[in-house]
Amino acid sequence: MWQWLTQQYHRMSSPKWFYELTGRWVPWLVAMVVISAVVGLTLGLLFAPADYQQGDSFRIIYIHVPAALLAQSAYLMMAISGAVFLIWRMKMAAWVAKVIAPVGASFCLIALLTGAIWGKPTWGTWWVWDARLTSMLLLLFLYFGVMAIQQAMESEDAGHKAAAILALVGVVNIPIIKYSVEWWNTLHQPATLTLTEKPSMHPDMLWPLLIMIVSTYLFFALLVILRTRNEILWHERKRQWVKKLLES
Amino acid sequence: MEFASLSEFIAMGKHGLYVWLSYGLTALIVAINVALPLLRRRRLMKEQAQRLRREKRHASTT
Repeated sequence: MWQWLTQQYHRMSSPKWFYELTGRWVPWLVAMVVISAVVGLTLGLLFAPADYQQGDSFRIIYIHVPAALLAQSAYLMMAISGAVFLIWRMKMAAWVAKVIAPVGASFCLIALLTGAIWGKPTWGTWWVWDARLTSMLLLLFLYFGVMAIQQAMESEDAGHKAAAILALVGVVNIPIIKYSVEWWNTLHQPATLTLTEKPSMHPDMLWPLLIMIVSTYLFFALLVILRTRNEILWHERKRQWVKKLLES
Repeated sequence: MEFASLSEFIAMGKHGLYVWLSYGLTALIVAINVALPLLRRRRLMKEQAQRLRREKRHASTT
């Protein structure tokens, strides 16, 4: 088991191996993202019954919740990749951490925008400075901070290091986001989905949401893979295997 | 199917503006995220292939 793990680690740290493996994955990922998004959105927009309190505005949930979940997962993944880089100096981990930041920020922005738009008909306001919304806005600024500090450093390596440290410090914000709706009074409704309790949602509403969550995570994987492949091409541009690729 | 007609679907109860604004903005951000890595790859491949050809030419003349 341990041997297998170290073997996988060394493989993953090889940019060429990652590039070739993910090259085979990309078409499958694209197909899975498209199919799951079409199925999820069709069920969510056309077949899920309207909410008895919120009417049809609740259909925003099918992008809002997946985007908000992903923005937090992506942040954790970015911090873990940063830690791997700091501890073992694995370059691939630094590149992955770097490319996650703009993608995670995009999903965080989607969650904030759709949340604000959903808030207007539901709460009567676009924005309140309560714990959930503020901690989510902080997440967006953490992403921006990680992106900025990377560019601000003199060398690329120093940029990766500083970005990883900031990402790790910012991890404290993640449990704050999660528990903000329980610790403080808020307009935001509590979690729709929990791992421990039976879902309170009707299955016709729940299924599209679950499909959209899967679709969003697959889409994120696709975007991170595409961006990481570009990082690899750039950093390995003087290696023989990339030269061969360029000539073909 | 929850909606009897296309106009009902677009109206989304009285919430059409909010629903479609949300989905529209999301589609825009998603499209940008798809386009950026594809464009970067195309430029990268072109530039590096050019550099490689230049270097080869240079090596053969000196």
